[in-house]
Amino acid sequence: MTDLDTLERDLLAQVSAASDEAALDAVRVAALGKKGSVSELLKTLGAMTPEERKARGPLINGLRDQVQAAVTARKAALAEAALEARLASERIDVTLPVREAPEVRGRIHPISQVIDEITAIFADMGFAVAEGPDIETDELNFTALNFPPGHPAREMHDTFFLAPDAAGKRKVLRTHTSPVQIRTMRSQTPPIRVIIPGRTYRHDSDQTHTPMFHQVEGLVIDTSANIANLKWVLEEFCKAFFEVDSVKMRFRPSFFPFTEPSAEVDIQCSRKGGEIRFGEGEDWLEILGCGMVHPNVLRNCGLDPDAVQGFAFGVGLDRIAMLKYGMPDLRPFFDADVRWLDHYGFRPLDVPSLVGGLTR
Amino acid sequence: MKFTFSWLKDHLDTEASLDTIAETLTRIGLEVEGLDDKAAALKPYVVAKILTAEQHPNADRLRVCAVDAGAGAPVQVVCGAPNARAGLVSVFAPPGTYVPGKNITLSVGTIRGVESHGMLCSGAELGLGEDHDGILELPADAPVGQGYAFYAGLDDPVIEINLTPNRPDCTSVHGIARDLAAAGIGTLKRETLPALRGEGPCPVEVELAFEPADRHLCSLFALRLVRGVKNGPSPAWMQARLRAIGLRPINALVDITNYITFDRGRPLHVFDAAKVSGALTVRRAREGESLRALDGRTHALTGETVVIADRRGVESIAGIMGGQDSGCDETTTDVLIESALWDPANIAQSGRRLGIITDARYRFERGVDPASTLPGLDLATRLVVDLCGGTPSEARVAGEAPESERIIDFPWTEVRRLAGLDVPRTEAKLILETLGFHVSGTGDRVKVLTPSWRPDVEGKADLVEEIVRIAGLDRIVPKPLPRLAGVGGSLLTVMQKRTRTAKRALASRGLMEAVTWSFVPHTDAVLFGGGGADLALANPIASELSDMRPSLLPGLLRAAQRNADRGHPDAALFETGQCFTSDEPEGQTIRAAAVRRGSATVQGAGRHWDGSAETVDAFDAKADALALLGSLGVPTGGLQVTAGGPSWLHPGRSGTLRFGPKTEIGWFGEVHPRTLQELDLKGSLVAFEIVLDALPPPKHRPTKTKPALVLSEFQPLSRDFAFVVGRDVPAGDIVKAAQGAERKLVTGVDVFDLYEGPGVPAGSKSVALAVRLQPVERTLTDAEIEAVSAKIVAEVVRRTGATLRS
Repeated sequence: MTDLDTLERDLLAQVSAASDEAALDAVRVAALGKKGSVSELLKTLGAMTPEERKARGPLINGLRDQVQAAVTARKAALAEAALEARLASERIDVTLPVREAPEVRGRIHPISQVIDEITAIFADMGFAVAEGPDIETDELNFTALNFPPGHPAREMHDTFFLAPDAAGKRKVLRTHTSPVQIRTMRSQTPPIRVIIPGRTYRHDSDQTHTPMFHQVEGLVIDTSANIANLKWVLEEFCKAFFEVDSVKMRFRPSFFPFTEPSAEVDIQCSRKGGEIRFGEGEDWLEILGCGMVHPNVLRNCGLDPDAVQGFAFGVGLDRIAMLKYGMPDLRPFFDADVRWLDHYGFRPLDVPSLVGGLTR
Repeated sequence: MKFTFSWLKDHLDTEASLDTIAETLTRIGLEVEGLDDKAAALKPYVVAKILTAEQHPNADRLRVCAVDAGAGAPVQVVCGAPNARAGLVSVFAPPGTYVPGKNITLSVGTIRGVESHGMLCSGAELGLGEDHDGILELPADAPVGQGYAFYAGLDDPVIEINLTPNRPDCTSVHGIARDLAAAGIGTLKRETLPALRGEGPCPVEVELAFEPADRHLCSLFALRLVRGVKNGPSPAWMQARLRAIGLRPINALVDITNYITFDRGRPLHVFDAAKVSGALTVRRAREGESLRALDGRTHALTGETVVIADRRGVESIAGIMGGQDSGCDETTTDVLIESALWDPANIAQSGRRLGIITDARYRFERGVDPASTLPGLDLATRLVVDLCGGTPSEARVAGEAPESERIIDFPWTEVRRLAGLDVPRTEAKLILETLGFHVSGTGDRVKVLTPSWRPDVEGKADLVEEIVRIAGLDRIVPKPLPRLAGVGGSLLTVMQKRTRTAKRALASRGLMEAVTWSFVPHTDAVLFGGGGADLALANPIASELSDMRPSLLPGLLRAAQRNADRGHPDAALFETGQCFTSDEPEGQTIRAAAVRRGSATVQGAGRHWDGSAETVDAFDAKADALALLGSLGVPTGGLQVTAGGPSWLHPGRSGTLRFGPKTEIGWFGEVHPRTLQELDLKGSLVAFEIVLDALPPPKHRPTKTKPALVLSEFQPLSRDFAFVVGRDVPAGDIVKAAQGAERKLVTGVDVFDLYEGPGVPAGSKSVALAVRLQPVERTLTDAEIEAVSAKIVAEVVRRTGATLRS
């Protein structure tokens, strides 16, 4: 046993006994510092003969390396232990609730969502969105649409009127979005493809009617659009909107002043346990009205019915929202009850598209 | 329009089943709304006789009956009806029968220990309306075993169609039969009767007293007297049909007019000649005239109503309803039959004003076949003579039927052009001819003459509809609408895109989208800057829905209160929609607005372990407004926020957003306490509203390239300053001064502290700014930083009168 062996054993024991970083540093300084015991030994090398140095040099350097390594290892162990101790003390209760994010809490009204859905579908078929004012002239709401002068729709019990102006003319709250058809045909040159979503008003209020409701109409004017195209457009729309692979539709001849020929369209469905399913079943449900734009309407817009032609259709927006999403009543649509909105509304980031699907 | 199956067969020779006919009617545009086939519904019910009725051994009120139902041995039935007795003939239903009045299906049952093999029935149980005390009692000679529906004359199915207003011809069974014949369901029966010969002239004279411009009000009026009639109940077959379609038989003369109304779509009127004095005058009613009509009510008349008057005064409201005083009853011996042609628009208007709905009005306002006037009179006369006897006079006719037929120049290709369907020319021609049109010519273009009963057919498109609806819309094969070339551009306008984005942006802030009425109470409209006469409804449906809304806020504020009343005090609602400042299209703007109530902040509402939400304040509303503008990508560099807002916001806690002195785009703030009071709202409410139409449009740029990104390689640094200024100096002015001090270096200014209190002189406040500096060319030296800082301080002091807080 040499003095070096003794020193080494002593120093290594001190290193492993160091209980914290400060103690370890004291050991390191006492051994490897400027005046440390190992450093002092290293200094003696200079005064040695070459032979002595050759024999003692590796031993002293070895001692230094040993101690250095032990200090480094101990330091890492102490740091590890300190981190463990810190982590052990740092604890949160992860079951505590966080607040619901605003983008999860917020809601889009079903009417807006359904308009976005319909817009996405018709945009794919090249339809733009046209809009017009809610307060309309009698001419645009009725006359231009081929309603005869004494038509019952022009009465106070069907239509909202504003006070007569100085000339005695009364404006109306539009009873359908059809006046926008006239505005579009008068301001654009065919080919025209538009859908017209919007608010409409009728003097009606009971369990299933509200004085304000929503419609979407479609209008196509070109030189060839006919009932065969109309049927295709409506079938594609219904399939896409109700998100089913096939629908069976029934076109029944009907009457509207502004279309000729006119038809009402029923869609086949099943009703089971209060749920309506399309693409199956034996029931018929009336969902929209349509027809070829009446020659008089084309003429009223300065178009030649022998040169251009086209079709129009109209759907109750609130109604098809109810059919698709199962709201039992219309009135709550306009009540802004947060419980209803929370339940039937849509999340802000659920933007309908054809690429990603109308719904999740 | 209602009719029965057998009635239809009077006019249509067909073997088709009821179901086929119903399907066909809907297919050709005469939508079947109701089908009441009692023969099918009541098939198991038979006439049966109670042979014996013994007291039930275990129940006082029940009897055990042996019933002869006409087939095999008597059946044992337990019956609780008080009138169940031996010898009574009633109606029996065997087990397995569905009982409509009780919504059950019978089975063999044991009632208090005695088996019962069926049921003896009351009228109510059969679904035949009012009940009596017990089972039906039929005459003793009713044939046992016969089907009850057949026995009771209930076996004629009733069909109801939902008639569109353009089809006056189908207000008659005959017209419906004609449509069905065209659709291939049998052959229309046509009987041509010789014109009726009367004896002597009609003694009652008729005058059509109209101004020349009014002649259309009654273009034709025909009258005939039948002397020596005996009025009484009409025959059973006629009564059965009238009852089946919901009419109450009155007496033969009246029933005949009602019958022809439905049979031919030709309304008529009968006067008791003894109760008419002098000549009949057809004219506009005079102010102050009135008539006690057949509905028992006295109707005040005005000049818009056409009447038939005699020497005493008004006897009948033309085309709508007769008068009680001149009506026919059992004592009538001489009857005047009227068949006239009234103006549809006038009848519609008059009927609506008087509030009288009759089968005659229903037909005249749609347009009665002008050619039916005289044949209708003859048909009625024949029926009167057949059923009531008497001697008819000649008809007295005033006026003349207007031209009602049209010739349409029709190229057959029109069907293909409009419908996209090839209907063989022979088929198309046959359809038109069976419907009563005359087709002349043989080439590609023909002349089509419309029948007198089709005033709705005006042009080529109408003829296409006739051909296609009969041929079948289902024959048209859907054909894709050709795709427009290439990938289209944006189909939405800037406003449409902004509206869509606005909704998603606001919803992303935890707001729920409301859709509230476009009309608000007048007082609300006034409170929010509207309420002008040009935006008041002339006929509101309710007083609280009377004026077009000037703002989205009254609707939203009231909605928030409703939610609070239901126990949801922290509502956060928004709406995007139209508001009105005038009745012109330009007066309609699209706005976005939101209200927050209680503690409904963007982070959430109510108490929370990690920090409870505070009561909402104006800055919650300002944050919503600015988030909206940011989401819309509206450049906010030029946006100014000025203190104060419209009268419905708290004057000291609201702000106006503008892009210049004249371009206000919206406002935000606390709702004015007075407004809360006037609307009867409680709690803390903040709101913002932005007029989306007022926002500057995006700049059009030839390319979509964004400006080059310049990144500095030098570290940014931040310097803090605290200024003491008068409390009325807007913080925004201080920020703007700091920003403007050295535009090249200052890239951001934040207000990180605001303080009033000890250490700051009274009437002043301390505003602390963190100014971010971004060196561009090289790292700044300490001296340079000092110089910039001094410049910032100097600029703030100069522009706001602040002092640097030491």
